[in-house]
Amino acid sequence: MARLAILFFLLVSPTHALDPDEALADAALEARARALSQELRCMVCQNQSIDDSDAPLAKDLRVFVRARLQAGDSDDAIRAAVVERYGEFALFRPRIAPHTYALWATPLLILLLGGYLGWRMAGKSTPQNTSTDS
Amino acid sequence: MIVELGHFILVLALSVALVQAIAPLYLMRASRDLSRNAALGVAQRAALLQFVLVLLAFGALTYAFVRSDFSLAVVFANSHVAKPLIYKIAGVWGNHEGSMLLWVLIVAAYGAAYARFGRVQDGFAARVLIVQGWLGVAFLAFLLFTSNPFARLIPVPFSGQGLTPILQDPALAAHPPLLYAGYVGFSMAYAFALAALTGRAEDAAENWAKRMRPWILTAWIFLTLGIALGSYWAYYELGWGGFWFWDPVENASIMPWLAGTALLHSALVAEKRDTLKRWTLLLAIITFALSLSGTFLVRSGVLTSVHAFANDPERGLFILAILAGFTLVGFILYGLRLPQLAPDRAFQPVSREGLLLANNIFLATATVTVFLGTIYPLILDALGGGKISVGAPYFNAVFAPLTIPFALLLPLGPLLNWRQGHLQPLQSRLVLAAAAAALVTLGMVLTRGASVMVVALFAAALWLLFGAGLDMAQRLAPYRHRLVRFWALPAGAFSAPLAHAGLAVMLLGILAATQWREEIVVAATPGQQMEIAGISLRYDGLRDVDGPNYSAEQARLTYLSGPHSGAHLFPERRFYEAERSQTTEAAITTDLTGHLYAVVGEPSGDKRVLRVWYHPYVAFIWLGALLMALGGSFALATRLRRSA
Repeated sequence: MARLAILFFLLVSPTHALDPDEALADAALEARARALSQELRCMVCQNQSIDDSDAPLAKDLRVFVRARLQAGDSDDAIRAAVVERYGEFALFRPRIAPHTYALWATPLLILLLGGYLGWRMAGKSTPQNTSTDS
Repeated sequence: MIVELGHFILVLALSVALVQAIAPLYLMRASRDLSRNAALGVAQRAALLQFVLVLLAFGALTYAFVRSDFSLAVVFANSHVAKPLIYKIAGVWGNHEGSMLLWVLIVAAYGAAYARFGRVQDGFAARVLIVQGWLGVAFLAFLLFTSNPFARLIPVPFSGQGLTPILQDPALAAHPPLLYAGYVGFSMAYAFALAALTGRAEDAAENWAKRMRPWILTAWIFLTLGIALGSYWAYYELGWGGFWFWDPVENASIMPWLAGTALLHSALVAEKRDTLKRWTLLLAIITFALSLSGTFLVRSGVLTSVHAFANDPERGLFILAILAGFTLVGFILYGLRLPQLAPDRAFQPVSREGLLLANNIFLATATVTVFLGTIYPLILDALGGGKISVGAPYFNAVFAPLTIPFALLLPLGPLLNWRQGHLQPLQSRLVLAAAAAALVTLGMVLTRGASVMVVALFAAALWLLFGAGLDMAQRLAPYRHRLVRFWALPAGAFSAPLAHAGLAVMLLGILAATQWREEIVVAATPGQQMEIAGISLRYDGLRDVDGPNYSAEQARLTYLSGPHSGAHLFPERRFYEAERSQTTEAAITTDLTGHLYAVVGEPSGDKRVLRVWYHPYVAFIWLGALLMALGGSFALATRLRRSA
């Protein structure tokens, strides 16, 4: 168990990253930067967003994100720029594309299938519903 | 000497487990009643003996840790003389080998508890103990052949390497035993399912669902508490107040919890209404398979790194063999027996069964989602689809819309009758609950403002809370003139309402803490003031303090306003000499309505970085988990009293 916890510790180490000098003066822009940062994966530390990580690379990316926001880029344009540099691995929210259709659609399909089977089961085993002739 | 004795006793325990697993099988094949009784007798005695032996071995390892016997490899790697006694003891399960011994101890404890306290003495009980015997054999063999905790080191090192400092924490000392008691507890569900599947045409007289329920309730309560404790630990220890990260390690624990929650409810239907039995049996096998795969696949590292098996192929393959073996045997027996299982009894969609089935569909969907999100990157990568990440935004995006219909339907279940339910008699009260939920939600929207999804979740959680209250009122209605004598009220009247209210409270806590969290980051000089959530704070400066096995720099902050005016906060950065590492100790003011959470950071020039958060209603998250566990305990108490 402790190994799990150590692993966990390595993944989510006890630091919080954002330095006082990084934040943007514009509150709305800074809020967008934070939201975006939380969806971008730090590439050198497993399983931390760049918002949480204190790695130099994460800091560079935070500065990059804020610079692009100030330049007026959209969130999607910034995500695309990050993907271009580091690949899709950098996105904690997988893009909806052919290779992730199964990922995004399965929960809904399971729910519908379960609902269908459950409804059929409850209906079928009920006497009133089996006599459809009437 | 004690160490060698511990090792020897562990080997002895394995042979006793083999007797428990095999001998009763032979005895049961004999047709005479005498032999059949003997089968149960042998299984019971072996289960008790196995437990005593593993307990002794566990005692021997604990002794080695307390005495800091560095001739033992695990003690050397995970302990240090300069460590408080409680963490020397907790160090026993703060490593792979010791935690596996704890796992084996808990397996044996459940077996022994069933042997000792199981009330009905029949062939079914013998079969449950046989399955438990096989589990004992598998894990004891894994322990002895790949993860021997009693391995010696030569030459004996002078000092140990210590326990990772962030694990030196009371919550984390208790976290693994609770979690394991949950995971392993679901082995009882598996054992009951297999015993049911190997009986004579699923003997109805054996009533496996009824006999299974107290054990899965026990497992579920432990798992709930274990996960909540781990979450609380992460919250205060990791330095910024995150409580859930959708990390593979956490996902591994939430999957058996979700499946186990579904199992609790479907077993209720199977017991009371003799329907959904096939699904319940399958779910029992799946829940235990998830417990196993969660623990072991994370332990072997396959979830975070595909190369982990190469690091320790022996352990990894052994683990895989245990997992595949038990799961396959379960599925094969299920498949063979399925055609002979009695068909489900009839019920209307609008009935308690119908709603419990809906509960199972939602929980199954949630389980599949977590499973898929956890392994999808591995599968895609293996198929050459490239590397992607599936993180918190994915799980939040799926769970938020899933939670709304789940929470909306949930309160109706307990209010409906079995077989065929009617909502009309409850209409006025339900409308009242809905109106109350809508009103509070409106108040929230006007004061805070929130996205459509958050508003919907908020309203659904309140509806769930009021619905649970309505349920409790209905259950207590017959006793309304005797409410003062609350100790004489039936425990069952509190079980489901408390657990459901717990979920609502947890949802509200999650929403508040994630949506309305406030944060400030400042580089401060002593005397500097700051403001967060309407509270003024002053940074007073740093000082050095010494703990038992660490030195720390401690900052002091003073409340200048609010109810805590004049009080101080003392966040620390600790340096652990023996382990050469550092931890952040947040200072937290814990009010029910919100936590102020202060962390001292690194120097920034001649200033000091301070990070302060306000986490509104965050305590509701763990309070909700406690309510759920309390609800489960009431259900367990009712069950134990009734069958006494």
